[in-house]
Amino acid sequence: MTPFTYTRAHDPASAVAAVAGRPDAVFLAGGSNLVDHLKLGVATPGEVVDVTGLALTGIEDGSDGGLRIGAGVRNSDPAADARVRERYPVLARALLAGASPQIRHQASTAGNLLQRTRCVYFQDTTTPCNKREPGSGCSAIGGYERYAAILGASPACVATHPSDLAVALRVLDASVVVLGPDGERRLPFGELHRLPGDDPSRDTTLAHGELVTAVELPAPPPGARSTYVKVRDRASYAFALVSVAALLVPSDAGDPRDAAQVRLAFGGVAHVPWRATRAEEALTGVRLTDEAIDAAVELELEAATTSEGTAYKRAMLRGTVRAALRELSTGERTLR
Amino acid sequence: MTRTIGLDVDGEAVRIEIDVRTTLLDALRERLGHTAPKKGCDHGQCGSCTVILDGRRHLTCLSLAVAHDGATVTTSRGLAALDEAPDAGPPADTAEPSSPSLPGADPADLPLHRVQQAFLDHDGLQCGYCTPGQVCSAVGALAELAAGQPSHVTDDLSGRPELSDAEIRERMSGNLCRCGAYAGIVAAVRQAAGS
Repeated sequence: MTPFTYTRAHDPASAVAAVAGRPDAVFLAGGSNLVDHLKLGVATPGEVVDVTGLALTGIEDGSDGGLRIGAGVRNSDPAADARVRERYPVLARALLAGASPQIRHQASTAGNLLQRTRCVYFQDTTTPCNKREPGSGCSAIGGYERYAAILGASPACVATHPSDLAVALRVLDASVVVLGPDGERRLPFGELHRLPGDDPSRDTTLAHGELVTAVELPAPPPGARSTYVKVRDRASYAFALVSVAALLVPSDAGDPRDAAQVRLAFGGVAHVPWRATRAEEALTGVRLTDEAIDAAVELELEAATTSEGTAYKRAMLRGTVRAALRELSTGERTLR
Repeated sequence: MTRTIGLDVDGEAVRIEIDVRTTLLDALRERLGHTAPKKGCDHGQCGSCTVILDGRRHLTCLSLAVAHDGATVTTSRGLAALDEAPDAGPPADTAEPSSPSLPGADPADLPLHRVQQAFLDHDGLQCGYCTPGQVCSAVGALAELAAGQPSHVTDDLSGRPELSDAEIRERMSGNLCRCGAYAGIVAAVRQAAGS
């Protein structure tokens, strides 16, 4: 670990000023990702600003029937919160599918969203990686690609975003509250993360020193059901090969497979939590048969690029979307 | 850069000056002599460094000690103090009185938490290296279950989760055992939950 100075921030504005004023300063929240990167040499900050003492730890009802989750709330807390379990099951399920119980007690809301990719080359400082060392090349292309992106990747980077929470927030149309040197702003959740393009070193659109202070959830659509289905190499405590966050509003018609609205977001396939808008459009007003679902997923994947290491993700994604929508339409939970 | 921090470890208040880069695990083991939490992977992937930190099970390898100034830490060595109905330990007429300062005490004199006794009863270990983390994790898991918190395998998010082997396996999934004593660990947690 390279030497750094440590400061404990006592209010959000001074935390922002401390990091914004120093290019090599970073925020420290739960530490479950940053401390690992300090050990690995992936992160070499000159100053660490601890934000765990800030009063950002509440889960509060919003005036519009929504919910506001503080940036410092530990991942285990929303997962156990009765309001989240009742109104946003996809959020509770996504959190419960992530990491381990110990890490969920440690990791914060904002830290979860800002965690870095688990691409093995990003975490190995002996190998080229454009995200860690811009211009050095991408070792994953033609290398170990099992966890690589198939949508929105670039010749510079095929990393995937590792968060489960982010996939759920993408389908819930959440907002992110950000404090910067010039004050507070709100951005739609879909504008937080960015595709790698020719600058994969930047995971998000945030400026250096901007601090996420909360995530805001709008009220769910009346009658909405939602869930999160994650496929892993082992039953628990592993990152997603693919995952699906799904929200469905049943129609008034008799058949449970007829939906008034379908929303889908995919994890494990892109540099960002991927909102599958083309698949959603294809499934609007259509009976959710396996054939219709497969066709919608294939439509979303028209722009996908797979390799020998990632070719399996196509079929796995079709099956996972089927499982998620079957659970929401008929109540039959076939995949956990 | 160094800082002085205070911790309560297994009932004993301590103050130490540390390099701010020191993990909580290294502070406990290398500076304070609390070797109950083990360094397995040191990257948050195995759970062997698990302690109860301010009431919740927590990894110490991914935590900077300086960020936990003032925290209360319970390692597997001090777990019995958390037991609502602690095992009486060895019979009073054969046991030496245990020292109030835990690091100096003979482990055989320390009382056992019912989870620790259950691990012995069910052979929930072979080499024992992961066991201090396993028992701390199990104590946390049972508290979470008692509080009605759901897990990944809980089918009905609106109800209270019921104790089952599937629930135990999922809730203990943050602790790996290279000896493969999982069958005994599940049985031990099931026993501790019922007692």
